[in-house]
Amino acid sequence: MSGFALLVGRDLRIALRRRGDALNVVVFFVVASSLFALGVGPEPKLLAAMGAGVVWVAALLAAMLSLPRMFAADFADGTLEQLLVAPRPLLGVVAAKISSHWLMTGLPLTLIAPLLGLQYHLPASALGTLLVSLVIGTPVLSMLGAAGAALTLGARGGGVLLGLLLLPLYVPVLVFGAGAVIAVQNGLDPGAHLSLLGAFLAVSSVVGPLAAMAALRIALD
Amino acid sequence: MLEAKDLACERGGVRLFTGLGFSVGAGALLRVKGPNGSGKTSLLRTLAGLSRPASGSIRWRDRERGDDFRREMLFIGHAAGLSEDLTVLENLNFALELSGAKRPLEKTKAALELFGLERVARMPARFLSQGQRRRAALARLALSAEVPLWLLDEPFAALDAEALEQLSRLATAHLARGGLVVLTSHQEVAIAAPATETVVLQA
Amino acid sequence: MIFNYAAPQAFYPIAGRMIPWFGVAAAVLAVAGLYVAFLVAPTDATQGEAYRIIFIHVPAAWMSMFIYLVMAFWAAAGLVLNTRLSGMMASALAPTGAMFTFLALWTGSLWGKPTWGTWWAWDARMTSELILLFLYLGFIALKGAFADPQRADRAGAVLALLGAVNVPIIYFSVVWWNTLHQGASVSLTRAPSMAMTMLVGMLLMALAAWMYSIAVSLARLRRIIRAREGDAEWIRLSTGKRNPR
Repeated sequence: MSGFALLVGRDLRIALRRRGDALNVVVFFVVASSLFALGVGPEPKLLAAMGAGVVWVAALLAAMLSLPRMFAADFADGTLEQLLVAPRPLLGVVAAKISSHWLMTGLPLTLIAPLLGLQYHLPASALGTLLVSLVIGTPVLSMLGAAGAALTLGARGGGVLLGLLLLPLYVPVLVFGAGAVIAVQNGLDPGAHLSLLGAFLAVSSVVGPLAAMAALRIALD
Repeated sequence: MLEAKDLACERGGVRLFTGLGFSVGAGALLRVKGPNGSGKTSLLRTLAGLSRPASGSIRWRDRERGDDFRREMLFIGHAAGLSEDLTVLENLNFALELSGAKRPLEKTKAALELFGLERVARMPARFLSQGQRRRAALARLALSAEVPLWLLDEPFAALDAEALEQLSRLATAHLARGGLVVLTSHQEVAIAAPATETVVLQA
Repeated sequence: MIFNYAAPQAFYPIAGRMIPWFGVAAAVLAVAGLYVAFLVAPTDATQGEAYRIIFIHVPAAWMSMFIYLVMAFWAAAGLVLNTRLSGMMASALAPTGAMFTFLALWTGSLWGKPTWGTWWAWDARMTSELILLFLYLGFIALKGAFADPQRADRAGAVLALLGAVNVPIIYFSVVWWNTLHQGASVSLTRAPSMAMTMLVGMLLMALAAWMYSIAVSLARLRRIIRAREGDAEWIRLSTGKRNPR
């Protein structure tokens, strides 16, 4: 079996046995985005103007909260060590971890998001763009997130430190992702935003895994 | 086959040891002794390629360690390397497949039997005792005959007499085949080896 | 590959000798710059005297970005060459960089109030400076999160490089975001059309800030070297006292 399939298969099997974890991410996503509405009031026009941003920010936060799980458990029980001494390319290991994280976090968030968009009175065309923007953008969260998770392995400060490190780096995803939806809401073409988001995806797919690999080697030195 | 020259290790800004050298060939047992904190684990992790030495070189088969080194080496560290949520059998299969050595079910079951784990084979690892976890981590040795270099960090810790005996037998057989075993240990355990070298680290 | 002066021990006295020179240079340039800023540069037609704060704001912003790049450079050098001193230099630079970022934000805000009536506006430059401040704080936080200084240096280095690669992208995205949402709005920190004297004044202040940064960072570097190499014999000999660590 290819190393990639082996690792992703294992991660998914473990995730299935810890069903709670995967569900928590989605629940947090829904709760967090609802909080914004509770905070500013139910006026439809206001919510529609905020909607894209709110859903995207909630997705960012939800993805971030689930990041420590990428490496922490394996680090603690010694599996990560074994992954590094195994005759497998480290890039493959990191790619598998990123993919598992996306399958358990990014993908569910993307699928649920249109429902939240409805809560914020986004028109149908905007919902479609929201979906597309998340499909392109959530992998970026996992890729850069892998670097962040690897850097903070065994560090004091846990999740908050991870947030401080990653949120500035997530700004372009937020700007282009939410911007695409808002463009559609204003009757404009989201093409430019989505292309920029795609370009950032391309950059992250190189930079994120490389940083994660370096950070893992440093963590296990 | 395994050679170290002028090796120095640093941990948290502290020099653990310097100028360490040894050369061991096929069938040799290398014992690393020393008090706690003297760098035994660091040495083993450096040999495994996890840690970078502060200075010095390590050569395998007279060459710089490359990708093929990891194919010829296995490392079992302090942590058992078992995932809590997977069963003992699943963990063993994963470890074997990871190093490219998939085995049929009877063989893996036999390996678990060797260490008295046949009853807990289908239990998630979280329900195992310390000793059982240790044995589960070591079970793969029974199926790793073709991996020449075994790096074992405190393999005898938390083992009962029967498991100690089993491990000793496996190591002896491996050495007889021309394999190499490097281990750190507090205890004196009898392993019959064609050649034995000892490295003693000072605190 | 060990360079002669890459050992903290060798560099410590050299740094000590360099600090006063840079300090004096900073003071001289600052006096010259402030002279130009307050006495030579003409009063601005639209903004009056309040605009003079750009002589601090713009150099501070320049330094905040420059120092981040220098920090990332040293971090990378430490990672590649495995020299302890490089990592320490990056740690020494970070607080100064963060300080200039904060100064840029604060002076930007002070400029905004009398000129446009708001303490804060989400324009491209201020927002980018804010995110840069977060990047600095994240770097400092990560460095402080590990007991092992070597681990801290190397993890920080990877983060600094990751940040350095992303900074242009982040800046671009903020500019994009700003033009998108505000259309034709006034930039809070757009400098008035530059007379030559204004440019000279800002350059003098920027050079002063640069000299100051070097002096302060070297002093901080010496403090870091003392803290980390505390028990070494040479520390006792050079400082004449035992480091209580």
